[in-house]
Amino acid sequence: MNLHEYQAKELFRQYGMPTSKGQIINAGDEIANALQLLGGERWVAKAQVHAGGRGKAGGVKLVSSKAEVENFVRELLHTHLVTYQTDENGQPVNQILIEEPCDIDQELYLGAVLDRSFRTMVIMASTEGGVEIEKVAEETPDKIHKIVVDPAIGVQPYQGRELAFKLGLKGDQIKQFVKLYLGLGKMFFDCDLGMVEINPLVITKKGDLLCLDGKINVDDNALYRQPKLTEMRDASQEDDRVNKAHEWDLNYVPLDGNIGCMVNGAGLAMATMDIIKLHGGDPANFLDVGGGATEERVREAFKIILSDENVKGILVNIFGGIVRCDLIAEGIIAAVKEVGVEVPVVVRLEGNQAEKGAELLKKSGLNLTPAGGLTDAAEKIVKAVGALA
Amino acid sequence: MSILVDKNTKVICQGFTGKQGTFHSEQAINYGTQMVGGVTPGKGGQEHLGLPVFNTVREAVDTTQADASVIYVPAPFCKDSILEAIDAGIKLVVCITEGVPIIDMMQIKPYADAMGVRIIGPNCPGVITPDACKIGIMPGHIHMPGKVGIVSRSGTLTYEAVKQTSDMHFGQSTCVGIGGDPIPGSNFIDILALFEKDPATEAIVMVGEIGGNAEEEAAEFIQSEVSKPVVSYIAGVTAPAGKRMGHAGAIIAGGKGTADEKFKALEKAGVHTVRSPADIGKALAEATPLQAMAAG
Repeated sequence: MNLHEYQAKELFRQYGMPTSKGQIINAGDEIANALQLLGGERWVAKAQVHAGGRGKAGGVKLVSSKAEVENFVRELLHTHLVTYQTDENGQPVNQILIEEPCDIDQELYLGAVLDRSFRTMVIMASTEGGVEIEKVAEETPDKIHKIVVDPAIGVQPYQGRELAFKLGLKGDQIKQFVKLYLGLGKMFFDCDLGMVEINPLVITKKGDLLCLDGKINVDDNALYRQPKLTEMRDASQEDDRVNKAHEWDLNYVPLDGNIGCMVNGAGLAMATMDIIKLHGGDPANFLDVGGGATEERVREAFKIILSDENVKGILVNIFGGIVRCDLIAEGIIAAVKEVGVEVPVVVRLEGNQAEKGAELLKKSGLNLTPAGGLTDAAEKIVKAVGALA
Repeated sequence: MSILVDKNTKVICQGFTGKQGTFHSEQAINYGTQMVGGVTPGKGGQEHLGLPVFNTVREAVDTTQADASVIYVPAPFCKDSILEAIDAGIKLVVCITEGVPIIDMMQIKPYADAMGVRIIGPNCPGVITPDACKIGIMPGHIHMPGKVGIVSRSGTLTYEAVKQTSDMHFGQSTCVGIGGDPIPGSNFIDILALFEKDPATEAIVMVGEIGGNAEEEAAEFIQSEVSKPVVSYIAGVTAPAGKRMGHAGAIIAGGKGTADEKFKALEKAGVHTVRSPADIGKALAEATPLQAMAAG
């Protein structure tokens, strides 16, 4: 789960990591109060969306009058912001953050990620702030300094000092950085985070460190023990179908193609997309119905797949395993009848009682075609959808 | 021969009397696994599925001399259950549960390593040595004792590989689902090393997927340490970047962890890769000296 910048900064402040003073705007009538609380004559207005590239897309602006703030809010609040990281519809803007401006002397980078090779958190710092860290890693990897943190011991001040000196910080900045580093490390473990990015971490003209932007990803598996973070979920930043799938504990990822996929198991679901592509088709989605593949879940999965109007056919691929395929077939038939599926559906059932399942599908009188294997299934659905075009 | 488990492996189940624990323990007993008991705190002294229930893993181990434990408890309790198993002297812990927090595994993994305990999973189908010992949720009937070692990050894709190797009468030595989490208890390399040493394993099937670089690390390991032929498939060529594909660990992050990179690394290491999961059996027949088992 991702957090908004303003939510990330709330967490930063709780862990003693300095940010600019800011106020969040949910509606136009909150502007006057927010500006009064902030004081000053110039502010930075920032649209809150789960995507990078806001600056270039017009989502961040330096404003120097109340009228300018009002204009910005009117133009952006409750619209969709399209950046190079979003799709063509963009992400909905539900809040705008108004912050005190700051005079920047230098932009640094500080981040923490789960490193799968080291099996722990790795903290990264770089003098190359304000640009994508992936680009820095590619072009000038020696400019990224890393600390591998032992999960049993946690972050230590000497590690922070080491990074501070490598970044060329001086005097009080070193103290400030160590405090920030320790806060970041503690926050990562306390809050079950998967990724934190402070980009840029700036040195102001006065010489102080400040977290100017913040990105946080929370480990979904740990949300049950992070109730405060769970409340921060902004479902509007996700596709409606993804949210609907989430309600039913289905894993759904929309894609651009026209062949809907319903599969049990994440690996097999990816493999099903791949094999459709391999046979000249285009998958419309990833969907894992889970181990049970019960009638109820299959029905909801059909509804979600069909709510994508690009879908011209559906491939159901179930490796029955312990569950009997004839029972799964009955569930599919009932779901297809109830939802009123009109596009061609190719069903590949494998495992226990597979022949009996295929027989039931054939006899159903519905537009259901049983397939004999993975390859046969892919060929049949690609052909069926191709014939419609 | 086989790896990790055989007919002598004594298995207990943590979360024994729950719905999952009950269903899959029953399946395991029917398959012939030497289940010796289970643990459900507070239900010690009872009998379940004809086996003794214990309050603690230590009691279970002291009484039954179990050497392996399978865990079906809900994700919030897995860390506690795994650590309890480790401290009670269990040498193989198989955690089936999906949804264990990453930080829990960060802490468990180094401890298990220090104590010399092997963990399989979490978020995995388990381990099976056909006709000898089934620990986990895989359908036993698709397996056949034989020569191919299978290791996979995905459950149902493992079954695909199993079915093809059974259909072609190669059979399997042992099949290990290492699970779809970012920090698995065992990685490809751990299992590849065991297959390399196992005389019953003549060829290896490795099924990977997008996310992380375990496949790339495995490729390097195969090049220098594995003499047996390896056939590999990687799922997720069509997966978009930045989206989690069901498994917590299946995500292309920062442009890294794509299927193409993994295929390339494996091919460079001399692995026979297939672009369709339907071709795993065929590749074993064509690219390896493997002979079908005699009928009977």
